[in-house]
Amino acid sequence: MIELKIKTIEEFQNEGTSPEILFWVGCAGSFDDRAKRITKAFVKILNSANISFGVLGKDESCTGDPAKRAGNEFLFQMQAMSNIEILNSFDIKTIVTTCPHCFNTLKNEYPDLGGSYEVYHHTQFINKLLDDNRFSIEGGSYKGKKITYHDPCFLGRANNEYNAPRNLIKKIDAELSELKRCKSKALCCGAGGAQMFKESEKGEKEINIERAEEIKNNSAKIVATGCPFCNTMLTDGTKSFENEDKVEVMDIAELIVKAKDL
Amino acid sequence: MQYIPNIIFSALLISSLAFFIRNLKRLRRNINLGKGKTDPITNKPQRWKNMARIALGQSKMVSRPIAGLLHIIVYLGFIIINIELIEIVIDGVFGTHRIFSSIGFLYGVLIGLFEIFAVLVLIAVIIFWTRRNIVKIKRFFENKMVGWPKLDADLILYFEIILMSLFLLMNATDVEFQMMNNGNIVSGLIFPFFEGFSDQTLYYLERSFWWLHIIGILIFLNYLYYSKHLHIILAFPNTFYGSISNSGKLNNMKTVTNEVNIMMGKAVEPETNEDIKFGVSDVTDLSWLQILNAYSCTECGRCTSVCPANITGKKLSPRKIMMETRDRVEEFGKNIDRNGSFIEDNKKLLGEYISKEELWACTSCNACVEECPISINPLSIIMDMRRNLIMEESSAPVELNNMMNNIENNGAPWPYNQQDRLNWNE
Repeated sequence: MIELKIKTIEEFQNEGTSPEILFWVGCAGSFDDRAKRITKAFVKILNSANISFGVLGKDESCTGDPAKRAGNEFLFQMQAMSNIEILNSFDIKTIVTTCPHCFNTLKNEYPDLGGSYEVYHHTQFINKLLDDNRFSIEGGSYKGKKITYHDPCFLGRANNEYNAPRNLIKKIDAELSELKRCKSKALCCGAGGAQMFKESEKGEKEINIERAEEIKNNSAKIVATGCPFCNTMLTDGTKSFENEDKVEVMDIAELIVKAKDL
Repeated sequence: MQYIPNIIFSALLISSLAFFIRNLKRLRRNINLGKGKTDPITNKPQRWKNMARIALGQSKMVSRPIAGLLHIIVYLGFIIINIELIEIVIDGVFGTHRIFSSIGFLYGVLIGLFEIFAVLVLIAVIIFWTRRNIVKIKRFFENKMVGWPKLDADLILYFEIILMSLFLLMNATDVEFQMMNNGNIVSGLIFPFFEGFSDQTLYYLERSFWWLHIIGILIFLNYLYYSKHLHIILAFPNTFYGSISNSGKLNNMKTVTNEVNIMMGKAVEPETNEDIKFGVSDVTDLSWLQILNAYSCTECGRCTSVCPANITGKKLSPRKIMMETRDRVEEFGKNIDRNGSFIEDNKKLLGEYISKEELWACTSCNACVEECPISINPLSIIMDMRRNLIMEESSAPVELNNMMNNIENNGAPWPYNQQDRLNWNE
């Protein structure tokens, strides 16, 4: 296994340098076993493209998104202000994150509180690397395979980013097979608005099951997404699928790593 | 004696306009009951564009092509046919008959256009009625859509059927107009059905249809305030004032910023100790924009039909949130009308109208916001009510309290140590 090259912003500072970007790992990316694999996949891409990036490590803390969506504006703003203090003390200009919730909060809700940064979702940043000829994806092991894509609400509807992830699926030469409800009409996985952390209210079925049924009706056997929470919800929702119905839920970063065998 | 019709007409016109203006004032008063904060209204050019595109241009209606096309027909018909009102009002006040008919060819073009649209509107409205009452499209039915909301929706369609029919009949029985043979494209086809009638009978028929038509319009005008049909006016301001930032952005509460700054030692506590209330529990906590949203809602249910919580059988329905808000604001307003100022009625929007169960079912996915054809934001009310539940009532589901405790203590929603943030690489 190739050793990942990871440095904290603090280490950069001690060397008297600063990285090109801050990789905001997020809570899921730091602690959730499934999401950690996404974090590693993205770092492999960054390493392979020789991007100088730093992480905050123990200086990183929750953006406050789940608290804000639960209604706890106090806790959100306390998190936001202390995060902003740290980000500004390191003079951070550009942030890339693999979590659309962190992405949305950092991009849209931090500026009013004194934290203005250029914020990218990792799929956007990888596209930028492609455009700047700093990274290349040509074909690979997914060539001709059908892949479907689940739009995370906080990347899609919330921030109108529908193309960046789709473009990357095209780049690995896979055939994109859209779900019936996609792009601005995409169905939520059920985790947003702090639902990830609670039982759902009484109803007829779980939202991730509703989405999983839609996935079952799609001929693709790989579901790509760009959010650690969507990933968890869809993995749970589709785990009962048997035999030829079995699907694999993958982050776009993981697809690229596998396609390129990084 | 010969002036009696003119006097009756003028009196009707003035009194119905006066009643309409009275209700508009009440509407304005009720909207301004909302004392909650809104973001400043910036970037007016963008807002005018949004209004032109979304309200005037109906851009979001067509995302559902059948309903969208039918709606555009009714909308265009409404605007175009109402041009004829200018002539009807002048004729009514001054006792003239088709005052503009002397302009000749152009008059024929206009009336012809009105008649064609009248037929198109009739067809569209009948299809609308069929969708509601025969096909029974799912989104028109939910718990809240019984009683008045159901009747209201049907009444609007009956009104339109009657008004369009009267318009065509009044033209068809107007012998003078039929003899001119200028613009009677549709009514000319109806005219033969009245062949055996004497000129005298036709005259009385024409007068009856003419009067019923204008009285119908004046009633419809004053029906608006009590109906979801109010959207024909409010869609315009509502799309103008609708959000122009990414829909993912949830406003940062300024009052909280001040408090947090004080706590972090960045600001000094102000001398005046006003009671600050966080979030929304009743009418006056809402912003004027949220109340405008509620009055603009046409109850089409597109929001509810795409809500993931609603689709999976949860109680939450974004449309119901808007309808309950309007109902409560109306009740609040009537209370003021009755008593001079609001007398406590031991009811709240949060609790009596909208339940916690509904609020906690929301995933904040923005599907309802995206779907609304006139830029209503049900999510903003849901979030403001959650804020009230959490920051005023301390009433959160246990798991959410755990999540928030974890964030507060460990900087993550799960009970992991912040010091271990870099362990993902192990």
